[in-house]
Amino acid sequence: MEIGLITLAVILATLLGWLLKQSFNTQPWIAEQVSATAHHGPLGGSSNTRLIALMALMAVVTSFFALILSAYALRMELGDWVPMTEPQLLWTNTVMLIFASLALQWTRNGAVKGQASRLKPGLIATGVLTAGFIIGQLIAWQQLQAGGQLITNNPSNAFFYFLTGAHAVHIIGGMYVWARATARVMLGTAEGGTIRRSIELCTIYWHFLLLVWLILFGLLLST
Amino acid sequence: MPLAVVLILLVVGSLLFHLLSPWTFTELASNWGMVDFTVDVTLYVTGFVFVVVNLFMAYCVIKFRYRKGARATYEPENKKLETWLTGLTAVGVAAMLTPGLFVWAKFVDVPEEAHVVEAIGQQWHWTFRMPGADGKLGEVDAERISNDNPFGMDPDDPNGQDDILVYNPEVHVPIDKPVKFLLRSKDVLHDFAVAQFRVKMDLVPGMNTFLWLTPTQEGRFEILCEELCGIGHHTMRGAVVVDSAGDYDTWLANQPTYSALNAKPAGNAGIGAAQYAICASCHGQQGEGNVAMNAPKIAGQSSWYLKRQIMNYKKGLRGTNPADTFGQQMTGMVAMLADEQAVDNVVAHIRTFPDNPVEQTSQGGNPMAGAKQYSVCAYCHGKDGMGVQALNAPRVAGMSDWYLERQLRYFRDEVRGSHLQDYYGFQMGLMGQSLYDEQAMKDLIAYINTL
Amino acid sequence: MSYVAIADRDHEQEHHDPQTFLTKYIWSQDHKVIAVQYGITAIFVGLIALGLSAMMRLQLGFPNQFSFINPENYYQFITMHGMIMVIYLLTALFLGGFGNYLIPLQCGSRDMVFPYLNMLSYWVYLLSVIILIISFFVPGGSTGAGWTLYPPQAIMQGTPGTDWGILLMLASLAVFIVAFTMGGLNYVTTVLQARCQGMTLMRMPLSVWGIFIATILGLLAFPALLVSAIMMLFDKTLMTSFFMPAISSMGVDPGYTGGSPILFQHLFWFFGHPEVYIVALPAFGIVSDLLSTHARKNIFGYRMMVWAIVAIGGLSFIVWAHHMYVSGMNPYFGFFFATTTLIIAVPTAIKVYNWVLTLWQGNIHLRVPMLFAIGFIFTFIHGGLTGLFLGNVTIDLPLSDTYFVVAHFHMVMGVSPVLVVFGAIYHWWPKITGKMYNETLGKWHFWMTFLGTYAIYLPMHYLGFAGVPRRYFAMGNTEFLPDSAQDLNAAITISALFVALTQILFFVNMIWSLWKGPKSDPNPWDATTLEWQTPDHPPKHGNWGHELPVVHRWAYDYSVPGYEEDFIPQNVPADKAPAGRDHGEDH
Repeated sequence: MEIGLITLAVILATLLGWLLKQSFNTQPWIAEQVSATAHHGPLGGSSNTRLIALMALMAVVTSFFALILSAYALRMELGDWVPMTEPQLLWTNTVMLIFASLALQWTRNGAVKGQASRLKPGLIATGVLTAGFIIGQLIAWQQLQAGGQLITNNPSNAFFYFLTGAHAVHIIGGMYVWARATARVMLGTAEGGTIRRSIELCTIYWHFLLLVWLILFGLLLST
Repeated sequence: MPLAVVLILLVVGSLLFHLLSPWTFTELASNWGMVDFTVDVTLYVTGFVFVVVNLFMAYCVIKFRYRKGARATYEPENKKLETWLTGLTAVGVAAMLTPGLFVWAKFVDVPEEAHVVEAIGQQWHWTFRMPGADGKLGEVDAERISNDNPFGMDPDDPNGQDDILVYNPEVHVPIDKPVKFLLRSKDVLHDFAVAQFRVKMDLVPGMNTFLWLTPTQEGRFEILCEELCGIGHHTMRGAVVVDSAGDYDTWLANQPTYSALNAKPAGNAGIGAAQYAICASCHGQQGEGNVAMNAPKIAGQSSWYLKRQIMNYKKGLRGTNPADTFGQQMTGMVAMLADEQAVDNVVAHIRTFPDNPVEQTSQGGNPMAGAKQYSVCAYCHGKDGMGVQALNAPRVAGMSDWYLERQLRYFRDEVRGSHLQDYYGFQMGLMGQSLYDEQAMKDLIAYINTL
Repeated sequence: MSYVAIADRDHEQEHHDPQTFLTKYIWSQDHKVIAVQYGITAIFVGLIALGLSAMMRLQLGFPNQFSFINPENYYQFITMHGMIMVIYLLTALFLGGFGNYLIPLQCGSRDMVFPYLNMLSYWVYLLSVIILIISFFVPGGSTGAGWTLYPPQAIMQGTPGTDWGILLMLASLAVFIVAFTMGGLNYVTTVLQARCQGMTLMRMPLSVWGIFIATILGLLAFPALLVSAIMMLFDKTLMTSFFMPAISSMGVDPGYTGGSPILFQHLFWFFGHPEVYIVALPAFGIVSDLLSTHARKNIFGYRMMVWAIVAIGGLSFIVWAHHMYVSGMNPYFGFFFATTTLIIAVPTAIKVYNWVLTLWQGNIHLRVPMLFAIGFIFTFIHGGLTGLFLGNVTIDLPLSDTYFVVAHFHMVMGVSPVLVVFGAIYHWWPKITGKMYNETLGKWHFWMTFLGTYAIYLPMHYLGFAGVPRRYFAMGNTEFLPDSAQDLNAAITISALFVALTQILFFVNMIWSLWKGPKSDPNPWDATTLEWQTPDHPPKHGNWGHELPVVHRWAYDYSVPGYEEDFIPQNVPADKAPAGRDHGEDH
């Protein structure tokens, strides 16, 4: 459980430090005159709302994967674990996911700078590369199945399918948001600010899932 | 006001309930008096807090109840008071935790000289194994477990040959000697708990767990399974009998070793045929049963079950209750079988009989309703009613229905299964007692007749 | 539109005033309506679970007298009772119900920040409830594995409901977790982002604090349940061996190898222990507000209360294995977990002291919500103290898996939060409905529930001392138990049935109030928090009319010296009422 604990400790410590900073020296019973136009909240303007929600979501997803990895580490110590050889295709997939992240970052930079011409090609490239990753993962599964590496063979196989599957589900969830942003760009149904923020959030999420994948992949390779 | 009075009454009432309650820890029968000591310390500390805080609250409710014109004091916080309270609480917590940790340190540290008893759990009974003269237990493996090898012993392991195997849920240990119970489960989680010993531990399939204790009182102490293990959880009972050194040696000498069990000759149907003659007068030449003689069909019944019941009659575990007239007759008859070998021979002969359909006598039952009743029975006796040896559940389908009905009634009324050592009868009693209703019983029999 | 839309907040879903019955009460995105939907659904499944507990009490009090109870459905009853009460009633009611209602109103916002997601959260929750209810009717019935669903037993043949029941249970849990995550992200973001001007974190009412921290715990802990549920589904359907070791079940080898049942228990309790505080923290927060309001006194030691909530929340992640002292895990863990568990008693005790000290020198109105709040303190002290027995690894040896455990967690997690739930419903009922309830009927309801539940659970501890194991369908003849234990069980059953029946009073009161109850004052308790200051009563969609409130003070300005009235609402400007005084170290 160490992995889960450490991850949670980091999340909680961040939260705790922030809370203490808010509360330690205040004397809440003292009233003060507040003007109706005062600065909104401690975390800045309300345009951060979606970012905050995304950060909370990423904390949940981190907890989810950290717990699977905790289970992975505990299960690995039991006698019957046989390390699995990962299909070489995963390297290709990883490269595709990295490029998907890069493409999205490029698109985002364009959106921030107001270069609308980058949006369409950037989003499409992201979509193609990400879909390529998912399809690549499916092909990797098929290769394993064909090679007799079934989910029941060994717990290492079971964890491989579970981890890659869970990661892919999260990517597909991201693809839904990507699809909405792309549709808006194509149809021109939303104003630039909305699209920009949407792309910014997608970019953070993509980088996050890339990071999750790199950790998972590294762990799968090393064990 | 009534609230304050009630709070005070509840505090006083709780204390009185505690002091007067006849329901408290059973008399201690092991070395774990320190557990009781830790409980006592915790009771004093928590009892003190319970009384003081609640009485203070009751006082506040009276003293500061709403009065017109009264006004509450304004006091956001009081650091000094809060610090004191925190400090005192920490002291109280430390007072409870410290003995706890010391006792636990003793519990996880098994004395060198402790002798080993392996307690094996399965749905829903206990068995035991002890190392023989070599002091070592043989290898076991869940994949080797079968009806012929219920312990999953490795036949090629020399350490296992002299292991002592106790295939019933009662084990003996000598008094005043530390004993380490090695715990192993064949199927699901169980828990080895003896109230008088104070300690308990789960049995986990796939690994070994342990607990240790030194029994300090002679007597028979019940083992209860205390980790939910399926529908028969509450019937999973056993016993640890604490003996004087002499009695223990006598008991131990009577327990078979693995190699002795393997060497035992199988029953000889030929010899059994001669001995069967006396049985035939009631049960029929082919074991087909005879309702007029109150003799059930025995052809087709599982051999292990027949043997166990004959042995139970012989040992006086069954057929001793005055209400069981026919069982008493049977007790007289089985005395003709001199020893266990003779029983094996007869059972081997019975096994050769053809399993012909039996005449169905039960009336007035609704098999559709009975099917619902049987869903409970099916867990042990099988969906087809053919019995499952691993669960000590005999065949019920295709046997004499009038006999089945009578036995169900006996189980319900504790005529059968009430002897402490009729372990499996006791289990059936606990399950059968939920079938209190006459019509439900008839429905059930009607359903079993359709199987 | 009755107010300026929050367009600057980048909402894709604009707030529209409700038009039809359907959009107003069914497909509503108004947090108040969603709160009521959550509440009604949770109470409905809670009543089913109450019925199940009545059935199991009948068997325990009067064994084998009722032909509709057999070992099979008995184990199904206890399992579904536990699961429904813990997850589908208490979690959903405190966070989905009270969280939804109170966060926007007490923080001074118009709604949750993602109203559409909020609505979706409720409908997904309803789906999980429907799946749960379907599991009662599938072949083999619902699962009977105990609410902890420990493998291997939960998916092996010897347990009721291993064909369909367990699959639907796990599926329902997964769906519930999705619903919870949708709601939870919303609650956290709303608290962080949508508070009105002046509402600093340290001015938030403790209700919001409790719900906020509980939601964070839920967001981080529920994934553990999701992970274990998915892995168990794999073990059951795909024959993987995450949790399943090589076993011989009923004489048959089912084909598993090498898994670890203890791994499941670690994951389960990693969720399960924070879950206790997911239920307890909102109750802590709400009860603080009830006590302060009805005692006309500021909550004593507000900052300490906040830190205690945060500390309990943090510590709750490192105590989980105290549920596993006798599970066969590495026994050396016992030292660590016993220590952390007893440490958590300190912030919890501080909360209790501060509640009681809030009553000290107050001006206590013993109205119905206050009765429930004080009843809560009593039962929570009792339940908290018995927790010190079980948290101590040594005492767990004789007491774990006995009725002592059942009595303890029902006192601390059943009775106490439910008393708060009732107190809170009575307290906010006028705000939710605009009607008053009948005070006398409410008091009767309190007395019967409070005394009745204590009569159930105090004696039950002593069954545990005597060694009666939990989850036993019948004791049979057990030598070490006195025969009087059965009489005690019968008495407990009678109390339980009594308490169950008296809940009718509550529903009668509420229905009467809706139908014929007098109109309530907009702020009947003279409370300071924002929900009582809404321009409309009950508040309309959007909560605040044209202008959002501005907060100038904390939520506990009761009986402030130098001000005529004994309460100053949070939105009263500092120059119109005393600004509090410096309250230094040296008081």
